[in-house]
Amino acid sequence: MTPLKPIAPIRRITLGILFFVVFVAIWAAATFGGLVSKVFLADPLTMVREGISLFVEQGFIKDIGITVWRVVGGFVLAAVLAVPLGIAMGTYRPVGAFFEPFVSFARYLPASAFIPLLILWAGIGELQKLLVIFIGSFFQLVLMVAVIVGNARTDLVEAAYTLGAKDAGIVRRVLLPGAAPDIAETLRLVLGWAWTYVIVAELIGSSSGIGHMITDSQALLNTGQIIFGIIVIGVIGLVSDFCFKAANQKLFPWALLR
Amino acid sequence: MGVVAVSAARDPSASAQLSVLQVGRVFPAPRGRGTIEALQPIDLAVERNDFITILGPSGCGKSTLLRIIAGLDTPTTGRVLLEGRPITGPGPDRGMVFQSYTLFPWLTVRENICFGLREKGMALPEQQERAAFFIDRVGLNGFEQHYPKQLSGGMQQRTALARALANDPQILLLDEPFGALDNQTRVLMQELLLGIWEADRKTVLFVTHDIDESIFMANRVIVFTARPGRIKTELAIDLPHPRHYTVKTTPRFAEYKGELTEAIRGEVLQTMARERQPPADSGG
Ligand SMILES: Nc1ncnc2c1ncn2[C@@H]1O[C@H](COP(=O)(O)OP(=O)(O)OP(=O)(O)O)[C@@H](O)[C@H]1O
Ligand SMILES: [Mg+2]
Repeated sequence: MTPLKPIAPIRRITLGILFFVVFVAIWAAATFGGLVSKVFLADPLTMVREGISLFVEQGFIKDIGITVWRVVGGFVLAAVLAVPLGIAMGTYRPVGAFFEPFVSFARYLPASAFIPLLILWAGIGELQKLLVIFIGSFFQLVLMVAVIVGNARTDLVEAAYTLGAKDAGIVRRVLLPGAAPDIAETLRLVLGWAWTYVIVAELIGSSSGIGHMITDSQALLNTGQIIFGIIVIGVIGLVSDFCFKAANQKLFPWALLR
Repeated sequence: MGVVAVSAARDPSASAQLSVLQVGRVFPAPRGRGTIEALQPIDLAVERNDFITILGPSGCGKSTLLRIIAGLDTPTTGRVLLEGRPITGPGPDRGMVFQSYTLFPWLTVRENICFGLREKGMALPEQQERAAFFIDRVGLNGFEQHYPKQLSGGMQQRTALARALANDPQILLLDEPFGALDNQTRVLMQELLLGIWEADRKTVLFVTHDIDESIFMANRVIVFTARPGRIKTELAIDLPHPRHYTVKTTPRFAEYKGELTEAIRGEVLQTMARERQPPADSGG
C-alpha cells in the first residue's frame, strides 16, 4: 500500500462488498452462536423473514413512500430557501454580516428538541414532520453555501472584471459556476442528515413512516423488524447518495479533473 | 524653468495613449501599525503601438502598478489616464494576463476565450468565429473543448492571452505571464507574443524580472528600483523587426544586457541587504 495511490475499480468494489460480508458474518456468528440473546438481537435469517412479512402483510412499502416524501419535501423546501440566501450572504458582505451570527447560533439548535414545540404548533400532521427536517437542514445549508460562495477565487473575479464583466455578470458567470459543484456536494451531505431527522420525527407522535414502524416493533420486541427498518433506511440513503453523486459528476465534469 | 520641466513631466505629450501621472501606492502594513510604500509617485507615458517592458526586482511594485492601471487597485496618489480619460475601475479596454493561472476552470478553452465577447453581447456565431481566429493565433487548434486543468501551464497562458486579445483591448497588460513556465516554453511564448505584436501592434505593457525577456520583445525597457518602486532608468531597444530568437546572440543584444544587468544588480543587492534587516520603512 502506497499513500494516496489509486486502486483499480474492481478491487475497490470488491473491498467495499467484502466489509459487508465480514459484518454479516460476525452478526450471524454472534446470534446463531448464542452469544447474544434473540430478545435483544435477531439473527440475519429472522430479520429477512420479518422483512418479507413487513412488505407482504403490513404494507411497509407505503411507510417507505411516506418517509421518502417527508425527507424530500422538507429538504427541497429548505434548499429552495437556503441556497439563494447563502449565495446572497457569501456574495454581499453586509448581507453576510447581518445573517451570519444568527444562523451560526440557530444551526446548533437541535432539530429533535423542537419536536415537542412543533407538535404544539403544527400538530402531529405532515407539516410538523416537514418542519423538523426544515429546521435541521436549513441553517446548516445557509451557512455552508455562504462559506463556499464567500471563498470564491478573487483572481478569477478580477480576471472577469478585466474582461468587462459587471457586478451581475460576476455573480452569474463567476461566483455561481465556481461554487456550484461544492454547493451540490453540500446538498448531498445535508440530505444524509435529513434522513436522521425524519426518523426521529417519526419516532414521536406519528402513525406512519419507517420510524413509526420501528416504534411499533419495539413494543412487540420484534428486533428483526427494527433491524430491517434500519437497513432499509441505510439502503435508501445509499441509493440517493449514489444518484446525487452521479448527477454531480454528470453536471460538473470539470470539477473532477485534477 | 524648474516649473516648466516638472509640468512637462506630469503632462506627457498629448499623443500618449496611457499616462501614469504621479501614481504612488502605500499599503497598510499587514500586522500592527505602520505602512509599506510599494510605489513612489511615478510618471510614465505609453505611446500607441508601443511595447514596453517593466524590469525590476521582486517586490518592487511592478504588479501594484499594473493592477492600478487595470483598475483593480486604486493609487494613494496620482491618477492614470487612458486616451485622456481617467481610469476609475477595471474595464474591457485594458486586457490583462496574470502571473497565476486565471482561466475559468468550468469553461472550455473556447468558452474562456468567448467570456468577454459574451459579456459584450456579441452574437454567438460571431463569438465562435473570433474565438477560432485567436485559438489559431496562439496555436491551440484541437484543444477548443479542453478544460483548463487538461492543459499545460504554457497552453493555459496562451489561452489567457487569446482571451485578452479576443476582447480587442486598447492596451494589453501582462504581469509576468510566462514567469511560471520552464525556460524552453518561455522562449517560445516570447516569440509567439512578439509575432502577434508585430502583426497588429497593439500597445503592450509587459512586467518581468527576466532581463533577456525584457530586451527581446521591447521597444523600451523601464527599470524599477527596489521597494519602494521608482523608475530608475529607461533603455530604448533599437533592434529591427521582425525579430528572430537569434537576435539574442548579437553584440547589440549583449550590450543592452550588460547595461541592464548593471542597473538591476544594484537594486537586487539593495533588496537583499534590506531583507537581512527588519523593515526600515514601516512606521511612516
Ligand atoms: N494588498 C497588499 N497589502 C499590503 N502590502 C502589499 C499588498 N500588495 C502588495 N504589497 C506590498 O507591496 C510591495 C510590492 O508588491 P508587488 O506585488 O507590486 O511587487 P512585484 O514587483 O510585482 O513583485 P514580484 O516580482 O515578486 O511579483 C511588496 O513589498 C508587497 O509586500
Ligand atoms: Mg508581481
